[in-house]
Amino acid sequence: MPTSPDSVTHCPPEAGQARKRLAPSALNWLGVVPFFLFALLFLILPTATLMIGAFQDANGHFTLGNIAKLFDDSILSAYWISFEVSAASALGGSLIGLLLALAAIQGGLPAWIRPTLMTFSGVASNFAGIPLSFAFLSTLGRMGLVTVLLRNYADFDLYSTGFSILSFIGLTLTYLYFQIPLMVLIVTPAIDGLRAEWREACESLGGSSVAYWWHIALPILWPSILGSTLLLFANAFGAVATAYALTGSSLNIVPILLYAQIRGDVLHDQNLGYALALGMIVVTGLSNAGYIWLRSRAERGRE
Amino acid sequence: MAYLTINNLHKRFDDHVVVHDFNMSIEQGEFVTFLGPSGCGKTTVLRMIAGFETPTSGHIRVGGEDITHQSPQKRGIGMVFQSYALFPNMNVTQNIGFGLKMRKCDGAEIARKVAEVIKLVELSGKENHYPHELSGGQRQRVALARALVVEPRILLLDEPLSALDARIRKNLREQIRDIQRRLGLTTIFVTHDQEEALTMSDRIFVMNQGRVEQEGRAEMVYTEPATEFVARFMGNYNLLGAAETQRLLGLNINGHMAIRPESIHVLDAHSQQADTLAGTIRQHQLLGNIIRYQIESAGVTLQVDRLNRTASDLMPAGTEVRLQISRDDMREVR
Ligand SMILES: Nc1ncnc2c1ncn2[C@@H]1O[C@H](COP(=O)(O)OP(=O)(O)OP(=O)(O)O)[C@@H](O)[C@H]1O
Ligand SMILES: [Mg+2]
Repeated sequence: MPTSPDSVTHCPPEAGQARKRLAPSALNWLGVVPFFLFALLFLILPTATLMIGAFQDANGHFTLGNIAKLFDDSILSAYWISFEVSAASALGGSLIGLLLALAAIQGGLPAWIRPTLMTFSGVASNFAGIPLSFAFLSTLGRMGLVTVLLRNYADFDLYSTGFSILSFIGLTLTYLYFQIPLMVLIVTPAIDGLRAEWREACESLGGSSVAYWWHIALPILWPSILGSTLLLFANAFGAVATAYALTGSSLNIVPILLYAQIRGDVLHDQNLGYALALGMIVVTGLSNAGYIWLRSRAERGRE
Repeated sequence: MAYLTINNLHKRFDDHVVVHDFNMSIEQGEFVTFLGPSGCGKTTVLRMIAGFETPTSGHIRVGGEDITHQSPQKRGIGMVFQSYALFPNMNVTQNIGFGLKMRKCDGAEIARKVAEVIKLVELSGKENHYPHELSGGQRQRVALARALVVEPRILLLDEPLSALDARIRKNLREQIRDIQRRLGLTTIFVTHDQEEALTMSDRIFVMNQGRVEQEGRAEMVYTEPATEFVARFMGNYNLLGAAETQRLLGLNINGHMAIRPESIHVLDAHSQQADTLAGTIRQHQLLGNIIRYQIESAGVTLQVDRLNRTASDLMPAGTEVRLQISRDDMREVR
């Protein structure tokens, strides 16, 4: 067989080449070693430790106590607030992101809008943690630029309305900053998948623009939209750095509670921390699974 | 009066003129074909008739009414796309019923008409299938049914068969033509396949670079090409330039001389008939029922087709022959 490496090695003039041909496959494996090492050290091992730790007491004995504690009122309420912030930022992010992407792709805007939006979204969807919190504090914080401008020039005291950047609304707003661009990025391929002929076929059959969106485009996009919203939810649910950097311990959400358990202050209970983390993994895992399932459904319908 | 007339239609995309001064008229119930090479503007003309594209100038009239600037929804013109364009979120019944639903027909009427057309296109049993569960030929039949069920004034088919394999294509070709005849539908069919155009059409419009190069009944366009382009496109013509024509036939012409391969008679080398030319067989090619020879005469290579009756008919390369070409079979083209 001409393609088998053996037959090539039997052929003297090409022997050197054959060695070169074999080498890349070994090199390829060598190339992915760092990835597997990384995954092992920072993903698989910690997850395993965490899953085991969640079922152990401080002395290493098996217990369901940590899991039971998750159902304490204070912890349940932390999960609930996390859930609310994540859901609000996911719903808001997916709605605004969808409209933004639709406008940029199908709105008949100048051609440069789309790549600009995509580049911005690529950057902004990764903007999180301390820099993002700092940016929001310095615009919408008590002494933030926008707050001050509103007070001085529009005679409007944002904080008199009960607004606080350290609150539910504040955190949701901050999360939206990366949720919207993330939605733009993941829903764009689905919108690109809407074929011009569907609209034309609809028109020639007497359907209006509204009929097209209602009967054709939205039903086709629907699994993608729902799936993306789940992904956004998972993304917000796991976002610990931004939450902590922004609100410190003033807002009782799971990532912060978790951080408190691990950091080693008064609350310190490492195994409870593991259980908290396990709960987060379950929630984000479920919504990610939902995302993947819906995405495959969306792809299956394509001709 | 003609049913559909198009006058002085032009279409420009930016600086690129795609359709120039396009004129045509067709009668009610006629089946016509736009035939032309890729990029000659067939789809663009069709899209202007359907209303998806606005002409740069010119007029389109149906039944005396100017529809040039009417919205596609109001035209009542059905379109079948090369890529089917079925709605992936709807099953066969829903796809076909969509146009009736848009026309606010009641449920019972929709069900009745859809069932009728499903039978017409032979899709019984597939009512609840989704597009991704159908074969290419079945999808195209759904697309056809979807366009037919609303009883369009004109049906446009843009290369509806080009994505299908040869056997299904032939089958569906006959089916489309049959349905068209039964319903008396005014139909424009786009193709770049000359055989498809010849077998299906009442009339053919051969298009080249955004213009109608020649129009006529199918057999006319084939036997009497008006231009070099049509002669080349309709296939297999021997096209001789002015110098070659002078050398071979001793005739003075301006354009080209077109001679069909089957109209050249091959006689044996000792033939005493008048007005024959000496030739030498260079090559042959077996095409089933015919044998195609390359015969050189006066430095010109001619394609000559002969029926393949018995194995002993085959003349090997190098055979000296005499060729006879009747003046009636020579066609001077622009
Ligand atoms: N929306 C458009 N913008 C710019 N140019 C276009 C557009 N649509 C078509 N064209 C150009 O117009 C020319 C004719 O296109 P058209 O699709 O009508 O050709 P066609 O005869 O249907 O070809 P084919 O057999 O390949 O389908 C092509 O050169 C094409 O590039
Ligand atoms: Mg085309």
